[in-house]
Amino acid sequence: MMQVWNIAIKELNDGLRNRWLLAISLLFAILAAGIAWLGSAAAGQVGFSSIPATIASLASLATFLVPLIALLLAYDAIVGEEEGGTLLLLLTYPLSRGQLLLGKFIGHGLILALATSIGFGSAAVAIALLVSDLDIWLLIQSFSRFIFSATLLGWVFLALAYFLSSKASEKSTAAGLALGVWFLFVLVFDLSLLALLVFSKGQLNPDLLPWLLLLNPTDIFRQINLSGLGDSSAMNGVMALGRDLPISNPELWISLFIWLIFSLGIAHFTLRRRAI
Amino acid sequence: MNLVELQNVSLAYGRMEVIKNLSLHLAEGEVLGLFGHNGAGKTTTMKMILGLLAPGSGHVQVFGNTPDHTEVRKRLGYLPENVMFYPQLSGQETLTYFARLKSADTHQVGELLEKVGLTHAATRKVKTYSKGMRQRLGLAQALLANPRLLLLDEPTVGLDPVATQELYQLLNELRQNGTGIILCSHVLPGVEPYISRAAILAGGQLQAVGTLSELRRQVALPTRIRLGSLSEPEHWQTRLSGLGFDSRCIGRDALEVLTHNGARRELLNTLINSSGAADLEVSPPSLDDLYRHFAVVPAQEKSQ
Repeated sequence: MMQVWNIAIKELNDGLRNRWLLAISLLFAILAAGIAWLGSAAAGQVGFSSIPATIASLASLATFLVPLIALLLAYDAIVGEEEGGTLLLLLTYPLSRGQLLLGKFIGHGLILALATSIGFGSAAVAIALLVSDLDIWLLIQSFSRFIFSATLLGWVFLALAYFLSSKASEKSTAAGLALGVWFLFVLVFDLSLLALLVFSKGQLNPDLLPWLLLLNPTDIFRQINLSGLGDSSAMNGVMALGRDLPISNPELWISLFIWLIFSLGIAHFTLRRRAI
Repeated sequence: MNLVELQNVSLAYGRMEVIKNLSLHLAEGEVLGLFGHNGAGKTTTMKMILGLLAPGSGHVQVFGNTPDHTEVRKRLGYLPENVMFYPQLSGQETLTYFARLKSADTHQVGELLEKVGLTHAATRKVKTYSKGMRQRLGLAQALLANPRLLLLDEPTVGLDPVATQELYQLLNELRQNGTGIILCSHVLPGVEPYISRAAILAGGQLQAVGTLSELRRQVALPTRIRLGSLSEPEHWQTRLSGLGFDSRCIGRDALEVLTHNGARRELLNTLINSSGAADLEVSPPSLDDLYRHFAVVPAQEKSQ
């Protein structure tokens, strides 16, 4: 276990050294504060509107940003070590490939968890300090749910990045694959669902469609946050399918967790088969 | 006890057989030189001993165990060819990181940096190191946790002649303390006095293995006799020719004669009893000669 921890500490230190942690935290804090105060500007309203509206906007933002940042953080975790010449050396140490993967996951996972907590948490603190007549308990509950689910979403994409990194023979290939995965889950998947809805003209079993949302971790993340608000008007577009999903909020959490285990599993399987 | 044992090992990448029926062993306190041209199978053999590649057939055992066993890896040190480290870390941070991965005492880090002559650059980032400095750091890394088995792949690459000699002397000390060393190289000059046995690979096949004396006995290559400080080398050449020895001029005042065992004594007696040959140097077939015989000639024959 010490080996796993050593790898994790190195990754965390690298994140501090190259200012990844600082940059992501600042980015999240600025965007979250901006959304909280300017999120309703299009409707002619400037200033803080409500906690549900803020969380709904933040969830949309996080759906784009968190997977992208996680993929950027970890796409070269394995192939980069190989290109840098250090993977060969590491694997001659008393360290299994699974331990190497776990160590990297813990290190990168900590960076992502800290950045999410500091970035979005500081926006929550700013709201608590600057907005009067606020339901503090609702703020804490909503932001905690949002931060934890955003972190879990980031971890899923870290694991997917390890899978790509273990599969790719070059860093540039891994970067291209990572971009492809981001497009697939963040843009293409929902568009494909919409196209399926339109072109099937009611031929598809309506009970089946909401379940398809579980095939996309970013949709599960948005479901967790939107259904947690208790305001079904926030569920529009493809997310409206989620209203008919007969599973509870804890079950959505479990689904996202299953995505994490599955992604780590295929990453481990691929790394074990990688020729050194 | 044998530290490493390879028995009838073969390995293929697809249809291409890169190691063919290789059997080797390494005992405690022994330095085995593994020599061969590029692509001869040296690094692949190393990788099998390290447990990074599994043989298609045959058996590899290290310390009597499978090579990828955790206890095996704690007791071995490895210096890869073209060793690379994390550029953002200093030499000291690099060694500390690897020491922790090996559960080694981190107090050893300073001592090892001193041993390889990198104390002055300990806090400098590795990205500022020259190739030779990286190689020395790589050696320090391989020596972490006092390994009983050391695998060195082209350890002299990037080292200047003084550093190369220091490396060989260090290996000699380790050998005397019982460490088994496999030294993989295609740079032959200078290594001869420090190896216990040589294994010569060509085309993935073991061409010869043994002590240098054993290999010399196997092949009957000529002894090289060099006469230096001659006032009239042409006169000596004619005289030697008359005695039946072919010679060639080396520079302005030296001659080289190649002679087989049977005629060597006769030639030496002639030279010693003659006046005018100030310097006399007798060299048995070198590692380079043996390598050419076992590895280069079969490879050329194969290509023809």
